Amino acid sequence: MTARERREWLAGVGFTSLWIVGFGAFLLYPVLASLFYSFCDYSILEPPVFIGVDNYTKLLSDDVFWLSLRNTLIYAVFSVPLGTVVSLGLALLLNADIKGRAVFRTIFYLPSIVPLVASSMLWLWIFNGQYGLLNWVLRPVADLFGATPPAWLGDPAWSKPALVIMSLWGVGNSMIIYLAGLQDVPKHLYESASIDGATAWQRFWHITLPMISPVVYFNVIMGLIGALQVFTQVFVIAGGVGGNANPLEGSPSRSTLFYTIYLFSTAFFDLRMGYASALAWVLFVVVALLTALGTRASRGHIHYLGQP
Amino acid sequence: MTACLAPSGSRIAARFVLYACLGFGALLFSFPLVWMLGTSLSPIEQTVSYPPRLLPVAHYATIDGRRLEVTMDLEVRRRSAFVENLSGLRVGTRSVIPVESYRSEDPSIQLLKWVEPGWWQVTERSSASKFSEKDLRRDVLPPERIETRVELRWENYPKALASMGGRSLEEIEGFVEPGKGAGSQNVGFAAFVVNTLVVCVLGVLGTVLSNSLVAYGFARLKWRGRDVFFALTLATMMIPYPVLMVPLFGMYERLGWIGTLLPLWVPTFFGNAFNIFLMRQFFLTIPTDLSEAARLDGCSEWRIFWRIVLPLCKPVLAVAALFHFLHAWNDFLGPLLYLTRKDTFTLGLALQDYQSVHGGVQWHFLMAASAVTVVPIIVLFLFTQKTIVRGIATTGSKG
Repeated sequence: MTARERREWLAGVGFTSLWIVGFGAFLLYPVLASLFYSFCDYSILEPPVFIGVDNYTKLLSDDVFWLSLRNTLIYAVFSVPLGTVVSLGLALLLNADIKGRAVFRTIFYLPSIVPLVASSMLWLWIFNGQYGLLNWVLRPVADLFGATPPAWLGDPAWSKPALVIMSLWGVGNSMIIYLAGLQDVPKHLYESASIDGATAWQRFWHITLPMISPVVYFNVIMGLIGALQVFTQVFVIAGGVGGNANPLEGSPSRSTLFYTIYLFSTAFFDLRMGYASALAWVLFVVVALLTALGTRASRGHIHYLGQP
Repeated sequence: MTACLAPSGSRIAARFVLYACLGFGALLFSFPLVWMLGTSLSPIEQTVSYPPRLLPVAHYATIDGRRLEVTMDLEVRRRSAFVENLSGLRVGTRSVIPVESYRSEDPSIQLLKWVEPGWWQVTERSSASKFSEKDLRRDVLPPERIETRVELRWENYPKALASMGGRSLEEIEGFVEPGKGAGSQNVGFAAFVVNTLVVCVLGVLGTVLSNSLVAYGFARLKWRGRDVFFALTLATMMIPYPVLMVPLFGMYERLGWIGTLLPLWVPTFFGNAFNIFLMRQFFLTIPTDLSEAARLDGCSEWRIFWRIVLPLCKPVLAVAALFHFLHAWNDFLGPLLYLTRKDTFTLGLALQDYQSVHGGVQWHFLMAASAVTVVPIIVLFLFTQKTIVRGIATTGSKG
């Protein structure tokens, strides 16, 4: 290393030194430690004891693990595609030639910055079976069919749909990203398509969608990763349903016992930190696989602007 | 474009549909928050009235020659008698009894008036220092003698915050003297605000300082190992927080940080992969001529960073600062994991804690307390809208 190289190296390491420490202490160490704990019996009160793959084999026969995985996947399978449709739909509306775009954009975006604890309180109230706003709207409609509207968060069959509806209220973030993507689509493509007599649907399907496919891909993957880790709203709502339910039991009837809720309760209430680490690593692998799978599936379908 | 070629009739129809969709969407997206505010300003009995009211109201009537605020208890469906009980357990109280069961010769009751169907039974609205129901005046009145007008109960806010801070409801409503209520830990609402601001402000400071330094090292300096380390940094963005949760908790436990605010802001001073990436992308767009010239003049790297590059990067610093502020304000899992005593709680955790203790009935207080955590964020957003929207758009299109 020459004197100059050494100087440059020192400057580079100097500027990134905080991150070198941060990376080691807050990422590398926890990731490796968690991998190690996942092969241990560990309660945090005593040093970890190595037990091989026991935690992972136990997972396979753990009904609650499968239930929480199932609950989480059901939620993700509905909230991600519906969220995509809603946020892309709103972005398309905002991208049209309209007056008052800034006002509409603000209205659609605002709910997504409402703190999750507060919005959970709000939706607990709106979904209230007896006095809630939603059922007040639905009751006359249900009456026509001689039915009664569901108790939503209080009903095991309706608690997940309710959480999905709540998630749609907060799609503002991906809507903004879609809107930015839509505004990047070159106008001349639409002009030539119009001259060729393409309908609005054809223009959307053959121009808009291919052009914004990288943005769709980004949003869907981020949405999926987020949906698999959904925690706060489920914790608050499960704890708020019917008075003082234990938030970690997934009330009602374990229908909202989601993956991260089970992980949290295993780690910090049962103090089975080793088992919880195994749960965390399974989540990690699932997230990584989904990301990789998404990348592969979208290869060839995604059109990156300015790239061959 | 097509609009010019299309016949004007269908064009108008298309625009109508467009604005109808926008209007309906705006209604769906804004109504929940309007509903939150409406409930937060309602008296408790109107939160459980049917049909629900958007605008809270107050009813006034004159009972025994005094004009009072009243609650509308129930509508009398049949012709009845309104009587005063002269003896027995309910002496001094007034009640509505059906005409058939009214006996004029009964000495224990005295007829006050006849009641027509459609009249309302009203009760003086209980306010502070009313200890027993007997003190409340009752009457049955035709609807036109009850005046109704919109009245927002701003007093719900101080009450909700006092209740959230740990004061007992009896004390807040004035049923018992201050200090005599069955209060739990009264830490005061202000503590939650201070804690939240500490975490937010120190976190923003840490985020801006550490990430700009690190991003400069990645974007503007050439050194061996840089590209490998940067690739590694990007790869860590995908790691789910639950993977880090257990070892981090153990680490903070050994440091004695559990139960303090430290785990919520100290790590921000050591960089964050997302922000490093965000800032690096921006630093790359700044022309290098200036810093090259400064370097030839013998300027140190630190001075180039601090005096030349950083002032040009204010837009991205603002984005990172705002993102972190929003994140820290909204964070729930972190405080839930690391905070143990109520006097260290942040707003979000305090709100959840309040709900778990008082939830289910006090919807007006719960909505008021929720609104208090929401409104500052909305105000902040309205003032910084451009920066935030631009920031989100960048992360999406370049991610």
